Amino acid sequence: MELKTKINAEVGRQDLLITREFDLPVELLFKAHAEPEIVEQWMGTKVLKLEAKNHGSWQFETKNPQGMVVFRANGVIHEFSPGRRIVRTFEMEGAPFGVQLEFLDFEKLSDERSRLSIHVVYQSGEKRDQMLKLPFAQGLNMAHNRLEEVLGKGK
Amino acid sequence: MNLRRDVFQAIADPTRRGILLLVASQSMTAGAIAANFDTARPTVSKHLHILTECELLAQEQNGREIYYHLNPEKMKEIADYLEPFRKLWEDRFNKLEEVMKKYKTKK
Repeated sequence: MELKTKINAEVGRQDLLITREFDLPVELLFKAHAEPEIVEQWMGTKVLKLEAKNHGSWQFETKNPQGMVVFRANGVIHEFSPGRRIVRTFEMEGAPFGVQLEFLDFEKLSDERSRLSIHVVYQSGEKRDQMLKLPFAQGLNMAHNRLEEVLGKGK
Repeated sequence: MNLRRDVFQAIADPTRRGILLLVASQSMTAGAIAANFDTARPTVSKHLHILTECELLAQEQNGREIYYHLNPEKMKEIADYLEPFRKLWEDRFNKLEEVMKKYKTKK
């Protein structure tokens, strides 16, 4: 299968690049980042605040089925240029990864196709690598939890 | 210098990355590797030690000489680390595309 989403994370650097081409007009791709109800649908998180404008701020939150907050992140929107660009910060609350700076560039490829490039800059190379390893670690934890569930049921 | 076993720490150093590139094509002795760097021989030895510790390099005895070669399995592990992160974004973006296609037809 073709890999649509590409991650370019060179060793020893403190930034990375995420790129993806979409089968969508650039206006719709941008809209998916600007409207809270739409962001909620594809990010799978609740949008507490999303001020889609220059010098606005945002906050996302995810709860588990028991109602416990498992993820909360926030940041400010430095630049909000409809259809073209968003520059924002991202910080996960209660996590040791620090603030990251994100440059989202939206590009029209044709009337029906577009490209999104996200350049993420971290405080240090070390923090970037910790962040990169997080989904890997979460995947391991989830597999471990499922295993425990299965074993628990067997008892 | 601390002996760090973390592969990411190991490849964060430019000299160590240089060593990995060198031995990627052929096995080499510590002396032959050191000859490629301006760094002092004991420093190169420490780098070799760290890379061996975290299994990016493997040693092989050939007569009186010890040869170092790359451990491709461990290198692959580094690439695999990125995959769950990429997959996370791939899933999100697939969802975004799906949501917006519906949005478009709804209008």
